[in-house]
Amino acid sequence: MTSPAFSHDAVRRLARLARLSIGDDDAARLAGELEKILAHVRALEAVDTEGVPPTTHVSVDRLPLRADELVVSLDREAVLAQAPARAQEGFVVPAFVDEG
Amino acid sequence: MLKQPIAALAEKVRSGELAAAELAEASIAAIERDDARLGAYLTRSFDALRARAAELDARRARGDDLGRLAGVPIGVKDALATRGLATTCGSKILVGPRGQRWLPPYDATAVTRLLAEGAVLTGKCNMDEFAMGSSNENSAFFPARNPRDPSRTPGGSSGGSAVSVAAGMTPGALGSDTGGSVRQPAAFTGVVGVKPTYGRVSRYGLVAFASSLDVVSPFARDVRSAALLTEVISGHDPRDSTSAPRPVGAFVAACERSIEGLRIGVPSQYFAAGLAAEVEDSVRRALDAAAKAGATLVPVSLPHTEHAVAVYYVLAAAEASSNLSRFDGVRFGARRDGADLAELYERTRAEGFGPEVERRIILGAYVLSHGYYDAYYLKAQRVRTLLARDFDAAFADVDVIAAPTTPTTAFSLGEKLDDPLTMYLSDVYTLPASLAGLPAMSLPSFDAPPVDGRPSLPVGLQLIARAFDEETMFRAARGVERALEER
Repeated sequence: MTSPAFSHDAVRRLARLARLSIGDDDAARLAGELEKILAHVRALEAVDTEGVPPTTHVSVDRLPLRADELVVSLDREAVLAQAPARAQEGFVVPAFVDEG
Repeated sequence: MLKQPIAALAEKVRSGELAAAELAEASIAAIERDDARLGAYLTRSFDALRARAAELDARRARGDDLGRLAGVPIGVKDALATRGLATTCGSKILVGPRGQRWLPPYDATAVTRLLAEGAVLTGKCNMDEFAMGSSNENSAFFPARNPRDPSRTPGGSSGGSAVSVAAGMTPGALGSDTGGSVRQPAAFTGVVGVKPTYGRVSRYGLVAFASSLDVVSPFARDVRSAALLTEVISGHDPRDSTSAPRPVGAFVAACERSIEGLRIGVPSQYFAAGLAAEVEDSVRRALDAAAKAGATLVPVSLPHTEHAVAVYYVLAAAEASSNLSRFDGVRFGARRDGADLAELYERTRAEGFGPEVERRIILGAYVLSHGYYDAYYLKAQRVRTLLARDFDAAFADVDVIAAPTTPTTAFSLGEKLDDPLTMYLSDVYTLPASLAGLPAMSLPSFDAPPVDGRPSLPVGLQLIARAFDEETMFRAARGVERALEER
């Protein structure tokens, strides 16, 4: 694990990946905070994990599959009633297909 | 009245000695009297509470059995979906463009199970935004305050739920514990907080933060009441694919078994540098009392404990960055329009999420990104395995492990807010059991004595048991509680 200095640009790139718009001041603050947190995390480098499998999930039992049966899901009107913008029977989003 | 054990209250309501309506009014009066000062509730549901209590009383008059929680008022952390009752998860991103909070079209399974046993809901309890925090100061609305000293934090993230119980507003409450979010506030406010085994309680309807760690977890004032709530909310649920298909144990009955002969492991790593002297003194005295009552104290070692904070903050941030992608301004909550879809997402999320949530999303995006995935995320998952193996080895020799819940008593509001890493490090004793998926709880130990103008403050004793062995955990907890009562 090398020690990447957490640059402004790196933070802005990550924010873009995470779909968060952040200002210059926030990027600078976050760079400092993340660097400090990652410096602590890098202590894990010293732990010998040769041959140790990763734990993705603590499932003691093999979890059963659900029967493949139709069940009633949430009422469409009840769900749409909570949308910030709706039209007819759907959610409204900006156009994302270029028709030009 | 609200400070009596839950089973006793429910029995009075079932027998007609006490009306559910009287109990509801007592709860409303306590909240109206104290909550402006303590900030435990984000939403109060008094109209619905009164209507439901009246309905329960009418059902009882008709001869219905109301259930094991008949008429018992319960506060619910705002991270759990409650049908038709505003739910924000402590975040502005679940508040819509006209100020309206999200109204879930369904109940979380844990809530459904409480209601099926006759419980009534007082409202939605304050919390750190998306359960990210250890002081309740990351609530997007206002911080909750510690009833013992309102200049101090009640802990977090389930701070409001802990305060509701500690201040006597409700006899019980639901929270959620991802890395200590129920045990730590229980310790700071002097109540009992139980994190069941991962998979024991359905996560259906719990707003997801870190899915491999999140556990719906109850608070109560005494061990047997906490055991009863745990028993009610536990059990397999086909709506949560990680819910374990195992029979629920007899947690309440286990409380009556003696702790004579019980082997209690005491891990040296939890009594190391950083532990406040008054916390160590309190916990050691409680363990001595347990030994006098017939338990055997056995030194054990959990050598990877020091790495738990690093492992947790990598894994929880990674899972959060993925889980929180659903908050995008389209289906519920806040929305800031943009020229295209990306701008809609970016503006909505920037405005809706607070600084701690942003920090963790970006940290999570980083540890999952190309070039760093193996070094951070995969490495943390491997060390997680070592932390779980530490417990496996220790449980070869002992039945339960006892330790402090937190390294210090409740700290002051604002004290750690500007230093995220220091805040994270205060979770060191609760994170290992979360990472290993084990049942763990905090119960009140001896109070720390007053010093330098600081009042006496609660101290939590943490008990950790084998996976799905809540029965032994409750047996030990009630044994310690009994030993402390008898002194």
